[in-house]
This record gives sequence, structure tokens and C-alpha cells, in this order.
Amino acid sequence: MGLLSLAIWTPIAFGVVLLAMGSDKREAAAVRWLALLGAVVGLAVTVPLYTGFDASTAAMQFAEKILWIPAFNVNYHLGIDGISLWLVLLTAFINVIVVLAGWEVIQERVNQYLGAFLILSGLMIGVFTAQDAMLFYVFFEATLIPMYLIIGIWGGPNKIYAAFKFFLYTLLGSLLMLVALIYLYNVSGGSFDLATWYQLPLAAKPQTLLFFAFFAAFAVKVPMWPVHTWLPDVHVEAPTGGSAVLAAIMLKLGAYGFLRFSLPIAPDASHQWAGFMVGLSLVAVVYVGLVAMVQQDMKKLVAYSSVAHMGFVSLGFFLFNDLSVSGAIVQMIAHGFVSAAMFLGIGVLYDRVHSREIASYGGVVNTMPKFAAFALLFTMANCGLPGTAGFVGEWMVILGAVKANFWVGMIAASALIFGAAYSLWMFKRVYLGPVGNDDVKALLDINGREFLVMALLAAMVLYMGIYPKPFTDVMNVSVAELLKHVAVSKLP
Amino acid sequence: MIDSTNWAAVYPEMLLLGLTGLIALFDLAVKTPLRGATHRLSLLTLALVAALEFIHAANGETVYAFGGMVVNDTMGALLKGFAAVAMMATLIYGRAYAGARDMLRGGELFTLSLYALGGMFVMISGHHFLVTYLGLELLTLPGYALVALRRDDLRSTEAAMKYFVLGSLASGFLLYGLSLVYGATGSLDLAAVQEAIASGHLDRQVLMLGMVFVVAGLAFKLGVVPFHMWVADVYHGAPTAVTLMIGGAPKLAAFAIVMRLLVEGLLPLVWHWQQMLIVLAVASLLIGNLAAVAQTNFKRMLAFSTIAQMGFVLLSFASGVVGQDGNNMSAAYSSAMFYVITYVLTTLATFGVIMLLSREGFESEEISDLAGLNQRSPLYAGVLTACMFSLAGVPPLVGFYAKFSVLQSLLNAGGGVYIGLTVFAVLMSMVGAFYYLRVVKVMYFDAPTQTEPVVAGFDVRLVLGINGALVLGLGLLPGGLMTLCDQAILALWH
Repeated sequence: MGLLSLAIWTPIAFGVVLLAMGSDKREAAAVRWLALLGAVVGLAVTVPLYTGFDASTAAMQFAEKILWIPAFNVNYHLGIDGISLWLVLLTAFINVIVVLAGWEVIQERVNQYLGAFLILSGLMIGVFTAQDAMLFYVFFEATLIPMYLIIGIWGGPNKIYAAFKFFLYTLLGSLLMLVALIYLYNVSGGSFDLATWYQLPLAAKPQTLLFFAFFAAFAVKVPMWPVHTWLPDVHVEAPTGGSAVLAAIMLKLGAYGFLRFSLPIAPDASHQWAGFMVGLSLVAVVYVGLVAMVQQDMKKLVAYSSVAHMGFVSLGFFLFNDLSVSGAIVQMIAHGFVSAAMFLGIGVLYDRVHSREIASYGGVVNTMPKFAAFALLFTMANCGLPGTAGFVGEWMVILGAVKANFWVGMIAASALIFGAAYSLWMFKRVYLGPVGNDDVKALLDINGREFLVMALLAAMVLYMGIYPKPFTDVMNVSVAELLKHVAVSKLP
Repeated sequence: MIDSTNWAAVYPEMLLLGLTGLIALFDLAVKTPLRGATHRLSLLTLALVAALEFIHAANGETVYAFGGMVVNDTMGALLKGFAAVAMMATLIYGRAYAGARDMLRGGELFTLSLYALGGMFVMISGHHFLVTYLGLELLTLPGYALVALRRDDLRSTEAAMKYFVLGSLASGFLLYGLSLVYGATGSLDLAAVQEAIASGHLDRQVLMLGMVFVVAGLAFKLGVVPFHMWVADVYHGAPTAVTLMIGGAPKLAAFAIVMRLLVEGLLPLVWHWQQMLIVLAVASLLIGNLAAVAQTNFKRMLAFSTIAQMGFVLLSFASGVVGQDGNNMSAAYSSAMFYVITYVLTTLATFGVIMLLSREGFESEEISDLAGLNQRSPLYAGVLTACMFSLAGVPPLVGFYAKFSVLQSLLNAGGGVYIGLTVFAVLMSMVGAFYYLRVVKVMYFDAPTQTEPVVAGFDVRLVLGINGALVLGLGLLPGGLMTLCDQAILALWH
């Protein structure tokens, strides 16, 4: 079994064992430790991927290929390049964080909660490593099942609406993608191999249709404006861990899809519709940024800020220069750390006060100084302060945008102002000032476990902000190769 | 073609018939309330017959008997093997349920089910219009009786009445159609009919009329719109064990007669019946899915969902031949076969759980009866969840590959109509996902309204566990079954 298979199946195997353990409350402690073990082992098996990675080639590394469904020539084909490497590591890392974050918060059906997260993490690593479109689709869709259950079982008061909205919204998009995949299978003479599809010449009209079929699947997942409306509703109702994984990893599945499917398979259509995509991204960056500013609910605010940040990602992709595309990928990873931290921070407050309303707080710094310090760091990262992870990607995308078109760069840069506005304003209202009410007065500062979670995330946010070289170095060659491929027309 | 009687080709059928007769006699001496001995003998018979059929399928031979009126080929043997296995699961799931409802005063549940299986075997093997028709009657007659097995139950008797009247009407349609085809072609043998039509020297008007009636009769039996009226009432009214008897294994036989009558017999008219099937499929997908959304009764919901699922099967039948080009035939029909087999597998587990949750004096029929099942029994909730996601077509469950292969065959047929049909089918799966998800929602998100632990015998737990594991396992490794279906269909053309 190869390393990538291990990375996928280790957490899934642990998850299955957890599901089998039964939801007896007396076993909860054992369940938690086993889940933590599973997540840590899952992270440990991804480390050799980084240490053994060869950054000088754009070829797929750690490849595994076994015939899976002979009738349709589907292969269990895995591999990673510089684009997917950090996404795999991020997924395994966030999984550990989420297990820790749910430690004593979740009391009901602990084994199912943790099992669902472990299985979900394995499936998402599968999405990032699949080199066969069918395998990709299976992993991509399968992630819906654990997330649906996580939202529906452990979510807030309106959880059922949110769970259905999440499932059906994303299912519709991906079913249209399935039609596109089958179409490509038929025209490529019976292959689901991505590398084969990259070489496949396609006329303008099929390319456009394919582009929009992929758009339906990935734009909903990212989510891009105007199909982002499911995200705030779902974030608000999802449990903290669910929100963190959703924002940190699941949104990236969509962005990753653009890189692996839309751009290389339909390059001409991608160029033709680049203006459209850039326009939507800018709307996300500016308009959704403004929407975030007026939110009363902390989770909604962070959810809208996620949409705005992901706008940078799609913007970077469709400017087609290496700075913008690398920047967008860096932004994906940075947003993974920062958004997870933001949602977990809200979770810390919610566990104590059971309110997400900004108005329910005020002066939290007085009672939770340690926590407030972390929150300040993450807030700064969220508005893209230099020295934090949030800065690197946004800065690269803005530079790339200015290179492509000054006005696009100008509008994109304005997001830094809106980002600062909504992030800092929320920080001011929640943390600063005099103690707001009795709830806040009674707050206890974070315990050791919460400190560990916050410290791990803070370390990553700072590391990535101060020394982003390990992140950018591995992807340079892969991004250059991708752009070279996209620049060549596939029209017959 | 072999002219001799060739009994060897039909020995599983003969064995089944003989043993069933013996069981019926033996049952007279059984006195235990749950009829354990009859049950075990029936299972033994089924296992034996299934093994024989699978061995035949593995040999891959095509043998004819009775002067070509009966055929035992790979497809037939596979379907018969699966039907016997499905019937075993049906009996295992259904025994405790039936016992609690005073349905085991006699052994009719077992013997009639076995006779019905005999009917399915004849349907699957029939290579002659009349033999197929006889098989169909042999299947449905025990079915009518089984639906009415709780003769004091108002709903069951009403359902039996509806089933009987509409079923007879359908048989009449089919028979009338067959007689017209006979009138036009002068033969009832599938191969001879096909040759006669291909030669072109016949009265096309009579032939077409016959074909329309044949298709209508088949549509009745498959339960597709607009011939679906009986499905919901019979599913709902019949005792659940019998619902599974009707809704499970017979679907395999229904697939087989569509293959035999339309593809093997009336292939030269493919262009015409494909048009009809497209209309039936679109209507079934639309009405089945939309009506299922409105149901609160689980069995009725499953009935409408069956209508929609059969619509999918018809879609793949409709994509076999495009213009004069039959390249897509194997892919289309093997995808239909895969679809039906996996559908039956999923249906078995679904009804298995429903019967498990029903107790004496309590029918677990409403969707709301499933509330909080996850807290009461995570295993059965898990099995039912796997089934629901499978029926909805979400990977990595087996139902996804079924939908996928049908869509693949549709798109491969090419042309605007088929692309439109694909998108329509995809949109309808969305609607389907909604009501399947609702069942999962009730099991996982709602608080339990009952607290009684779910009790089940060891055999039920074992089979249900295997059944659920297969729904997931065939989703992880669907290749083997797909290849089997491919080979079975390919063997038809040789």
C-alpha cells in the first residue's frame, strides 16, 4: 500500500472502528483518545509526503494505479503534485485540530461524531489525490454524507434546513459535473484518466458546455457569488467542528476542482470566460465583504468573509499568471488555517455563553486575556496583516492582478480595507471595551486543551506568514506546468 | 437449435417444482407456530437451486430445450440465481413478521413464494411468447393469494382485489398483443418472430398494434406510468413480507421478459418500442419522484420510488439502438441489468429493516416511525441509511454506479434527445435525493418516539448485516458485478 493510500485509508479505518464502538457514555473517553490517535497517525503518515516530495518536477508523485472497475476502465489512480501536496497536509492537520476541539463539547453520540470527521478527512484527502475522474467524483460526492450527518445531528436549532440545503445545493452542481465526466469518457474513447483528458482536443462549444458543467459543481462548492447563499445558513447551524472543516477544507475541494478540471480540460473556454469569472470573483471580494460588515452573528460574519476570501482564490486562478495562481493556492492553504481558527474561536465563546450574536459580548478581553490574544492574532490574519498567513496569498494575487489589469488589482486590493473593517470591528465589539454583561463577567479563560488547539493554529498562521517559502517552493514547478498547458489552445 | 426435449436444460426448474410439492405435503405435518421446519426446507431448496443456476452461469453455456421454447443462458442463469437468493432473504426477513400476524397458520407463505419463484424462472427462461406468458401467470397467481394472506385485514384484501383486477387486465393486454403478433408473423417463437419481422413480408399494421399491446402489458407489470395505479396501493396494503415478495425478486424476472420479448423477439421494431419506452420512462421519473415527495407512509414512498427507479431502467432500454447502429446495445442492456440487480439488493435490505421494526400489533410503516432509529440501533439505522443513499445514487454506494452506467449509456447513444434525457434524469435524481434524505433525517436527526430495543433473530441480523455490507461493498468494488452483467448480455448475441 502506497503512502497516499495510507493517508486516505488510515483515518477512514479508525473512523469505522469508532462507529463500531457504540455510543455508550462510559466509553466516551476511550473513543476520544482513539479518535485522537487516528487523527495523529493520519497526520503522521502524510509527513513523508512532504519530506520525500521532489519539488523540481511537475509529474505526479507517489503514484499508485490499480484497475478498479474494468467495465468502465476506471482506475484507482492516486498521485500528488505541488498543487495538492499542501492541501493533503492541511486536511490531515485540521483533522487533528477538529478532534481536539470537539473533545468535551460533544457529549452526545461521541463515537459517531468523531468517526464521521475521521472518515470525512480520509475522503477529502482522496479528492486531493485522485488522478482518475471517476475516483475523484466518488470521493467528492461521498464527502456529502458525513457532512450532512454532522450538520444534521450536532447542529443548531435550524439544523435540518441547513443540512438539506447543504446536501441538495451541492448535489445538483455535482450531478451536472457527472454528466460532463461521462461525456468526456465517451469522447476520449473510454478513459477517465485526467492526464488523457488534458491532451484531448475539444471544439469550442463542447468546451463551453463542459466549462459550465464544472462551474456548476465547483462554483457552488467554493462558493462563488451568486451561488454562495447556502454557506452562511449552513455555517450558522453547523457545530463548531463542522464549520471549521467546511471552511478550511471543503470549500477548497471546489477551488481545487477548477485547477484540475476547468482550466486544463477546457482551456479555451476558461480563457473565453475568464472575464466572467474575474467579475464574479470581484463581486465576491467587494460586495460580500460589505455584506460581512453588517452581520450581527459572528459565524455569519466569518462565513461571508470566507466567501470574500475564496473570491481571491477564484480571481487568482482566472488571471492566468504564475504569481496570481500560486497566490491563489497559498490563499487556499492560509484560509484553511485562518478560517478554522476563526470558527474554533467562535466555538470557544459559544460553548460558554451559547450565543453567536456579537451583541451578547463585549469586553471579553477582561475575563479571557489569553484567548483574546489568540483571537487578535487570527483577526489580524483574517484581514491580511503582513506577517500572518492571510497576507501572503492576498498580496500575491493582488500583484498578479495588477500585472494583468490595473483596475482589477485596484478593486481586489480594496478588499484588504473591507477585510480589516469587518474583522477589526467585530474584534472591537466582542473583545474590547468594558465587560458587556454578566455572561461575559462569568467567562473562564481557555483551558489547556483549547490553548493547545489555538497555539497549534497560531503557530501555523505565523509560520506561514513569516516564512512562506516551504509553501510556495513546492508548487512553483507544478503551477508553471499548469499555466503552460492552459496557454495552449485545445481547439482541433 | 436442439429439437429434442432436453430435460437437462430445465433441471433446476424441475427440482424446484418437485421439492416445493414435497414441502407443501410435508408442511401438513408441521405443528410449530413459526413453521421452522418448512422454513428451513424452503431455504435449503432455494440454496440448492441458486447454486445450480450459478454453476450453470459459470459454465457460460447456452442450452435450448423443448424445441427452442425454453433457453438457459448466462443471463437467465444469473438472474434466476439472484432471484432465488433474493427469495431466501425475503423469507428470512419475513418469517417473524408473518408469524406475528397470524400468517403462518399454514405454510402458504413458503410454498406460494416458491411457486412464484418457479414462475419467475419460467419467465426468465421462456424463449417463446406463450411460455413467457405462462411464467408470468405462474408468478402473479401466487402473488394475488399472498397479498390476501391476511384475509381478515381490510386493507390487504382491498389491495389483493386491486392487484388481481389490474393484473388480469395487464395479462389480457399482453395476451392480446401476443395474439396479434402471432397473427402477423405466424409464430410465437422469439427467433422465428424476429426473422419474420425482419423479412418484411407481413401486415405491419397488425404487428404494430400487437407491439403496442405487448409494451403496455409489460409496462403494467413493471408498474411504470401511466400503468402504475396499482403499485402504491398494493405495496401499501399487502403485508410487508408480501410487499417484498412482489417488489423484490420479480423485478429480476420483469427485466428478463423485457429483454426476451422486446430485445430478442421484437428487435426489428426497436425504433418503435424505444419511443414508447422513452415516454414511459419520462412519465415514470416525473410522477414517481414527485408523488414520492408527498408521501408520509414509508411503504407508499418506496412504491413511488420504485416507479421512478423503473423509469431509469427503461431509459437504458431506450438507449440501445440509435438509428441503424446497435453498438450501444450491450452497454445499454447490461447497465439495465446491473441497475435491476442492485435495486433488488437495496430493496431487500430496506424492507428487511421495516419488518424488523414492526412488532405484533404495530406496523412500522410511517416514515415518522423511524424517528431516532440511530439511537435505538445504530446498525440497522446504518443499513437503512446505506440503502437510502444507494437509492438516491450517492457514491460510494452501489446505486450510484447503477445510475452512472445508465447515464453513460444514454450519453453514449448521442444526439440531442438523449442528452436532454440525461439532464432530465439527473434533475429527477435531485428530487429523489430529497425524499431519501428525509428518511435519513428522521432516523438520525429526530428524537426517538419509541424506546423498545429492536430485537431480531440471529439469522435476520446476519442476513441483514451481509445485505447492508453488500450495498456498501459493491459500491466500493462494483467491477465484478458489472463485468458479470456485461458478459451475460454479450453471451446473448452469440
